[in-house]
Amino acid sequence: MSLIVEQPGLFTTLQDLGRPGYAHFGVTSSGAADRYAHIAANRAVGNPASAATLELTLGGLVASLEEGRWMSLTGARAPLSVDGETVSARAFWLPAGSTLSIGIPNDSMRSYLAVDGGFLAPPVLGSVSWDTLAAIGTPPLVAGQRVEVGAPSNGSATAEPERVSPATPLVNFRWGPRHNLFNQSDLALFVTHKWRVSTETNRVGVRLEGATLDSRAGSLPSEGAVVGSIQVPPSGQPIVFLADHPVTGGYPIIGVVAEAHLWQLAQATPGTGLRFMPVAG
Amino acid sequence: MTRLLRAGDRGWLLELDGPGIAHGVAARIRESTWGNDLEDVVPASRTVLVTVRDGADVLRVGKALETLDGSASLVAGNSRVVEIPVRYDGADLDSLAASTGLSVEAIAELHSSADHVVAFFGFAPGFAYIDGNPAPLRVPRRDSPRATTAAGSVAIAGGQTVIYPGGTPGGWTIIGTTDFVAWDVSATPPARLDVGDTIRFVRA
Repeated sequence: MSLIVEQPGLFTTLQDLGRPGYAHFGVTSSGAADRYAHIAANRAVGNPASAATLELTLGGLVASLEEGRWMSLTGARAPLSVDGETVSARAFWLPAGSTLSIGIPNDSMRSYLAVDGGFLAPPVLGSVSWDTLAAIGTPPLVAGQRVEVGAPSNGSATAEPERVSPATPLVNFRWGPRHNLFNQSDLALFVTHKWRVSTETNRVGVRLEGATLDSRAGSLPSEGAVVGSIQVPPSGQPIVFLADHPVTGGYPIIGVVAEAHLWQLAQATPGTGLRFMPVAG
Repeated sequence: MTRLLRAGDRGWLLELDGPGIAHGVAARIRESTWGNDLEDVVPASRTVLVTVRDGADVLRVGKALETLDGSASLVAGNSRVVEIPVRYDGADLDSLAASTGLSVEAIAELHSSADHVVAFFGFAPGFAYIDGNPAPLRVPRRDSPRATTAAGSVAIAGGQTVIYPGGTPGGWTIIGTTDFVAWDVSATPPARLDVGDTIRFVRA
């Protein structure tokens, strides 16, 4: 039983919880850019968190199922219809052969579509996730493609609270590891400035613009970097690493976004203003 | 003395007091009693990045890292030697010869007779940065990178050598070609090289 893709949308990939533990081989963890929304989509149809969902960047998917199944759509609130009828519920029954059509969200970047039973594909290093940097995993969907669907999970469905992206996200982060390479005025600027998400935003990272930070180091010998790292290249415009980030880098990392707040970066559309709030502990 | 720097909710960056010991320190960390609590251990040239699976373990692991004796004398090196056959026929050999004043033969001899060591991985899966490019061959990166490189291209910059996996851009000086495949996702482990491996480039 398969999903039949009529139109894939702008950029739609299979994602799960990624492939952690291979960073020392140069392989990043990848996986859903907004993990909370991915897990919420799975829970809404009774799947385990590890089941693969479709990650839609700016919506646009048109598809049908060979057999009727429960589905759910979380994350960016894209308009949704089945055979032309608007569906407002986030979990819905898609009858066999009916056309599911997902429009373009206007509030945030990424929606997650789950199906009871999960989407199936051959895993690479334990994950089906498409890693855009390394080009491994299941390549982005194309028109006419069939995506296999697993047997119904028989799990109990739970509705996670829906999260709505705030107009001006306040993003928690921890200082370090290399904040000591910046002077006090730039550290102060980093936390007081209202940064703006640039158009350079993808699964690798989000480039911010507005102010310019000056690190004394310029570049370091390459060192390991975690997801959420806020790297400051010589241009002085910070880049926040998302799921497909490089596993090592040579520019100083001023801080790391709290994992619970990373979704705000993954969902922020270009032009969004945001501030950083340091946390300790 | 090593220094411990916080790297996010679940991570620490251990800064080491000398080069050449990161892979040994990483091995000690992996073999420790708390090694199973770790998600990633990433040695680089002067640091080891350590992340835990469960954020609740991060402070405990930080304490253990603080007391870890990473002094060079205690860190056993990786004793594995891997031979990589190279045909010294790279597209940049002639310009390298012109800029260094060395003959192509001398370049091949210098590069293949040196001992090289895998320093760390990055850039692409299984892409190894290999230390040990001899001093006379330490040229900077090209001003403008090639848009694409052929699989198996052996290239140098500064004190390092890399093998391009194919299809990626590349700004390093290409000196040769190898049939050695460093990365195969269907193999376990997928990388045929490991950090700390001694590499001998053998003239093919």
